[in-house]
Amino acid sequence: MDNQTSNASVVIDVRKAVKKYGSGESAIYALAGVDLKIYAGEYVAIMGPSGSGKSTLMNMLGALDIMTSGQYFLDGIEISSMDENALSVVRGRKIGFIFQSFNLIPRTTALANVELPMAYQGIKSAERKKRALAALQVVGLTDRVSHEPTELSGGQQQRVAVARALATRPSLLLADEPTGALDSKSTEDLLDLFDQINAAGRTVVVITHEHDVAQRAKRVIRMRDGKIISDTLNANQGVSA
Amino acid sequence: MNVLEIIRFALRGLTINRLRTFLTTLGIMIGVSSVIILTAVGNGSSKAVQQSLDRLGTNSIQVRSGSSGFGARARAVSNNTKPLTILDAAALNDPKQVPDVKQAAPIANANATCVNGSSTSTPATFSGTWPSYFEASNNQVVKGSYFTLDDVNQGRRVAVIGNTTATELFGTDNPIGQTVKCAGIPFTIIGTTAIKGSSGFTDGDSLFLAPITAVENSITGYQPLSAIIVEAKSSKVTDLAQAEIQTVLDTRHKVRGTSSRDYRLFNQASLLATSSSSSQVFTVLLAAVAGISLLVGGIGITNIMLVTVIERTREIGIRKAIGAPKGVILSQFLIEATILSLVGGALGVIGGYIGSHFTIVGVKPVVMPSSVFLAFGVSVLIGLFFGGYPASRAASLRPIEALRHE
Ligand SMILES: Nc1ncnc2c1ncn2[C@@H]1O[C@H](COP(=O)(O)OP(=O)(O)OP(=O)(O)O)[C@@H](O)[C@H]1O
Ligand SMILES: [Mg+2]
Repeated sequence: MDNQTSNASVVIDVRKAVKKYGSGESAIYALAGVDLKIYAGEYVAIMGPSGSGKSTLMNMLGALDIMTSGQYFLDGIEISSMDENALSVVRGRKIGFIFQSFNLIPRTTALANVELPMAYQGIKSAERKKRALAALQVVGLTDRVSHEPTELSGGQQQRVAVARALATRPSLLLADEPTGALDSKSTEDLLDLFDQINAAGRTVVVITHEHDVAQRAKRVIRMRDGKIISDTLNANQGVSA
Repeated sequence: MNVLEIIRFALRGLTINRLRTFLTTLGIMIGVSSVIILTAVGNGSSKAVQQSLDRLGTNSIQVRSGSSGFGARARAVSNNTKPLTILDAAALNDPKQVPDVKQAAPIANANATCVNGSSTSTPATFSGTWPSYFEASNNQVVKGSYFTLDDVNQGRRVAVIGNTTATELFGTDNPIGQTVKCAGIPFTIIGTTAIKGSSGFTDGDSLFLAPITAVENSITGYQPLSAIIVEAKSSKVTDLAQAEIQTVLDTRHKVRGTSSRDYRLFNQASLLATSSSSSQVFTVLLAAVAGISLLVGGIGITNIMLVTVIERTREIGIRKAIGAPKGVILSQFLIEATILSLVGGALGVIGGYIGSHFTIVGVKPVVMPSSVFLAFGVSVLIGLFFGGYPASRAASLRPIEALRHE
């Protein structure tokens, strides 16, 4: 199975991923050899204690960071050997990344924030605006498009971030503790949104500490000390890998 | 992503951070305008010295009686001092002996108070002389006429006066043709000289000039000359002329060695060279101050730019995470820096020119174009470098490194 590099239904294919911080005696292995396959249309939750390497793995999947050794194929294309310029294209077109701390551009309206990734892809202004408004409608913020981040609640900011991630129509939606800074109502709204997005056929990967968040996913991966220690399907489905 | 779009991003970046934009522009502006104004002040003061140098005439030399030495030795030779005479003046007009001298005129000074009705005036310079004095001393008659050699030969009591003397004696009336009494002797005014202004402590326009014969006949009597004024053919040959004068006078006064000369030469140019060199020191000093202010301005710009980029490294991280190519981010920051430094520099140049219109510590500033280019160029380069370099460093970071930046 490890040799099937161009299987169309495999979105993420990580092989022997190692991320080492520091060197010599004080070296820390944030990832100590991770093998992981995620298929198109899956909804995966990653859980594990603090410091187990979840964010490190997610950053790798989002092409925001590079691994010390190992390989990473996204949609069958090897990402781990790409240069910065090629990576920026991958980030823009294939991946929608949602951060715990929202990471919106300050003093910039919700609409402009959602338009931004499309601007970097060279999409024309009119088309950009149309798609941004559509994405903001999906997250239920039609009446807040011209508000700046400081004028929005945490839940609203996170929904702007989701709209930004969706507007480029990525095949992969990655979210690192997206509900960490939200109350239970906003969490519920966001999870409904993820269900909706996943139902529309997109692959969703979410890091979470909360069991009820993990419960909504179809597959749960548990990590510890930079390794995957369990990989289970929720509900009545069996182990996938 | 096209260039126009990047420029729009840059402009948006500038309008979003209004305070930073304002402070950076202000910093560049102050740096540039202070360099322009300070060097203009230095330049203006040396121009002023140059003007008074031109006004005095750089090719005139004065010969006065007395030893050039000081102390016992000087007193020892003073017994042998021969006075300057009309004949000395005549000898200094001989083109064979002094080929680099254009003309020479004897000066017999007097202290006299002139009276016209109830008005009185005591000219700072009351001299009997020859017509060649006017050119040698850089005095021109603007109203009326000069007195002539014939007036000198006939001992006519006519006079040319300066503006101050004319005003003191005649107020706003036309002095030409009027008669005043100086030391009790009537003189007819035939001309007034161009306004000269004051040089040092004496008012160059408190002036009364008459034929030497008339002054000696009626006021001073036949005394040694106060001085002889000599005009070299040009300011370039002043030194040659000076040597020729010394040769002639040494022979006439039977001077044995240079240390026993019984006369002294004064060269206006050499007197002024001192003040001119001190004004150069002033200019250099101001330039140094200007340089420091440019440096401080530059550090200010650098500081704001660095703080901005550090503050915006997170933002750069976000932009990279959502797919911004490094080149686009870099262009945006470079365009921002360019706009800031160009606008700041241009405002600084305008400010510099406006500031240079005012008289500063008594000096009328004269803007030096080189300082404008230098100040503008340096500030723009500083703005570009310190706006561009940290941005390029931040843009080279992996998104996660930029995002973690605190
Ligand atoms: N830049 C870094 N330099 C050094 N060590 C790091 C760095 N980033 C992460 N680590 C280490 O790598 C390990 C994994 O970190 P990671 O952020 O992936 O944990 P996590 O599972 O996301 O934890 P949490 O649930 O608290 O977010 C930790 O031990 C952490 O200290
Ligand atoms: Mg984490």
